[in-house]
Amino acid sequence: MSGTGNREAVFPTRQSLGLMKAKLKGAQTGHDLLKRKSEALTKRFREITRRIDEAKRKMGRVMQIAAFSLAEVTYAVGGDIGYQVQESAKSARFRVRTKQENVSGVFLPAFESYTTEGNNDFGLTGLGKGGQQVQRCRETYARAVETLVELASLQTAFVILDEVIKVVNRRVNAIEHVIIPRTENTIKYINSELDELDREEFFRLKKVQNKKQRDTAAQDAEMRAKREAKAKADSDKENEDAGDEAGQPDILGEQEDQDVIF
Amino acid sequence: MAAPASAYKDRQFLAVIGDEDSVTGLLLAGIGHVTQPPDSQKNFLVVDSKTDNAAIEEAFERFTTERKDIGILLINQHIAERIRHRVDTYTAAFPALLEIPSKDHPYDPEKDSVLRRVRRLFGE
Repeated sequence: MSGTGNREAVFPTRQSLGLMKAKLKGAQTGHDLLKRKSEALTKRFREITRRIDEAKRKMGRVMQIAAFSLAEVTYAVGGDIGYQVQESAKSARFRVRTKQENVSGVFLPAFESYTTEGNNDFGLTGLGKGGQQVQRCRETYARAVETLVELASLQTAFVILDEVIKVVNRRVNAIEHVIIPRTENTIKYINSELDELDREEFFRLKKVQNKKQRDTAAQDAEMRAKREAKAKADSDKENEDAGDEAGQPDILGEQEDQDVIF
Repeated sequence: MAAPASAYKDRQFLAVIGDEDSVTGLLLAGIGHVTQPPDSQKNFLVVDSKTDNAAIEEAFERFTTERKDIGILLINQHIAERIRHRVDTYTAAFPALLEIPSKDHPYDPEKDSVLRRVRRLFGE
């Protein structure tokens, strides 16, 4: 009997067998779907990973160029502008907005950079000298930040996808290794219990039949015995009667008369 | 699963923790923002050799968990190295944490927390 394995606590009835069968079917469908989802996500994930790798390298180059242009500024202005810049920063000109993209039911946010027009905190930076370099440096850094924003959205997508893939894989594995075996086990258990009941029922019927047969046989025998006894009694009586009539043959009877020879 | 829209719809600024040159450059690009006067918080922190790790950690904490208007946090890799345990345990999607190279410290992909995770996932 398969009651040893892990199974659900159900009564072994035909109804629960039907339920379990439906459940197994559902679990298998769900497993297939989740597996496909996980594959789609993993494909996307690998693509993102590759792009992150590229973007990180690109970032290295871009930041180097930007740092160089800042060095140019320092040289042209002839002093450190860091303090001045830090103090005059008031409102962000370069901002990001988030939008989202749907990949197999998972929303991946992506950053998009935009610049607000109108405010320029550093209008006076490099007014004395090196204004051109400052301008160029700002452009270079703006491009660098754009690259960074791109990279950040890739990275956010990476983090979220990573988490989602983990969850989906966990579900796939749970269905594959826990729910399906357990349901199958339960079905096997119910089947064996039902078979057992069937066998019991069959045996019982057979027993009943046997007993009935025996009873009928006994009855028959009794009847036969009775009938025989009766028949015997009858024939005895008849014999007696026949003995009485033997003295005077029936002359009017149908029997052939013997020829009388004179 | 995916973060609800409220988790990132207001996030419109970039924040930076870096050495003076990096911060200056990024501010020139126009990412600098100071909030309204009462508490006037800056979204950047200049770190030099005299800044102690506690201050960096505090700024990191402020930018990642307290402020809800920051979408991307940029941090110089050599500074991230100083609070590596915090950076490595940071797994939230928002704000996105990005390690950037600085002028004196070229970019080393081996140290990047995300790239390390990538490598670990692909079993390399």
